[in-house]
Amino acid sequence: MAFFSLKSDRFLQGPNLSLVLQQVMVVGVLAIGQTLVILTAGIDLSVGTVMAFGQIVMTKLAIDSGYSPTTAILLGILACVAFGVLNGGLVAGIRLPAFIVTLGTLNIAFALTHIYSNDLTYPPGTSGASTLPSALLFFGRTFTIGHTDITYGVVFMFVLFGLAWFALTQTAWGRHVYATGDDPEAARLTGIKTGRVLLSVYTVAGLMYGIAAWLLVSRTELGDPNAGQTTENLDSITAVVLGGTSLFGGRGTVIGTLIGAIIVGVFRNGLTLIGVEVIYQYLVTGILVILAVSIDQLTHRRRL
Amino acid sequence: MKRYGHVVALDGVDFELYPDEITAVIGDNGAGKSTLIKALSGALQPDRGEILLDGKSVRFRTPGDARRSGIETVYQDLAVAPSLDIASNIFLGREARMRGPFGLVLRMLAKRPMRREAARHLEELKIGVQSMRQPVENLSGGQRQGVAVARAAKWAQRVAIMDEPTAALGVKETRQVLDLILRVRERGLPVILISHDMPHVFELADRIQIMRLGKRVAVVTPQTHTMPEAVAIMTGATRGELEQALVKEGPPVRLPAEEGA
Repeated sequence: MAFFSLKSDRFLQGPNLSLVLQQVMVVGVLAIGQTLVILTAGIDLSVGTVMAFGQIVMTKLAIDSGYSPTTAILLGILACVAFGVLNGGLVAGIRLPAFIVTLGTLNIAFALTHIYSNDLTYPPGTSGASTLPSALLFFGRTFTIGHTDITYGVVFMFVLFGLAWFALTQTAWGRHVYATGDDPEAARLTGIKTGRVLLSVYTVAGLMYGIAAWLLVSRTELGDPNAGQTTENLDSITAVVLGGTSLFGGRGTVIGTLIGAIIVGVFRNGLTLIGVEVIYQYLVTGILVILAVSIDQLTHRRRL
Repeated sequence: MKRYGHVVALDGVDFELYPDEITAVIGDNGAGKSTLIKALSGALQPDRGEILLDGKSVRFRTPGDARRSGIETVYQDLAVAPSLDIASNIFLGREARMRGPFGLVLRMLAKRPMRREAARHLEELKIGVQSMRQPVENLSGGQRQGVAVARAAKWAQRVAIMDEPTAALGVKETRQVLDLILRVRERGLPVILISHDMPHVFELADRIQIMRLGKRVAVVTPQTHTMPEAVAIMTGATRGELEQALVKEGPPVRLPAEEGA
């Protein structure tokens, strides 16, 4: 942070930090779902494409099908939840590795997004003001504190982080998520219904992707079938890992993830401000992930 | 004497457990100890036969079912959640919720009462740990198994099963856990101890059930039989071999009679 503020005057100014948070909000909410999944020693590769699907469902339904905006949003979120249930059902029920299951659903969601959208953005050929109903854009609206505009989406992201923190640390469900990720067999022998825990985790993750889809539509003001393919996928995992959650499961916090998501956002924003090309940003984030995972691996090994 | 539990498992293995007693189950690998214990603890379901608890037929579909019937099991491989703290492990799967709206609506955990209760319980069993907030992974193997035994002792209403509880531990830590098992017995809880370690079995057990090839071949006590005799029954050594073994070991005490196979 200090580095970027030295390199660019704009970096530490309110409007820019507000922009960082707006960029963080989608990845942040995705990363909440990803945190839950990784805490159970799983991984969700389908985050980005599932979100893209939800986003297309809500925008296309709102424009083409004459559904009320609220119904469209709910159906879009529901589509993401359905993917979560599918992921969770396969992981918990047939005990397939999460990596394979979500690699499959990544492709399924990707295909469905493009089939359903006919490769069009919604509203088609947007230029200028968006024709999307205002409910879909709600989280892009702002209120002002001082000279800085803050979007409702950013506030909502913090609320969701708060809820996830509460569920993980203050309820029995949270304990069971950690125990399942720690050692599924030990958890099962303690009498925890690990299958149900896994299913609930993937379902809640799906819900988060659905909400993230709404946030994304609010921010970009359109439904884009090509959204969420690489950046969001990788960034959500990066945020979780940078936040100190172990890929081996059972350790980590959503607060860490929030910090991780902000670091990723700051990084991308800072690199842009000092004029680093987007493709090099990928390079740097890639290295960052590997570094973070290496640290996780090394500390984990020392512990055993 | 009160008949505490009567259990009929696979292979027609009878089990009689009495309060204040440790019943050891010994047998070679593949003798059926683990299968028997898994059936009793709900980790697997027997294909045939039934389990009677206080004369009533019970069926355990999951470990949770067995637990609800008051049967707790400690496993050899330290079945705890390493990253959770001690209190969380003691209450894992049985978390206490707060009273009032915080517990009912928000489903919040009653963390402080659980910590207090866990501390009281561990103190009673003389398990020395610094803080209930310590993650279990920071404990020594012996302390960790101590937490597992304490959890079993806390929740077991009828039977505590110890499946090779010291197999993964060092000498000193093993001692701690054995003493702990004796303290659990003092609380009047029948204990089933599965172990390969004959000296420990003979030290702790009030009765020893010997299994061979899926059958119970004998029930002996440390007073009536010596260790070599028990091992001989366990391995099915012939009388001749047994005599030879005893000659090597020193003066024979008493050869085993035909035990009620």
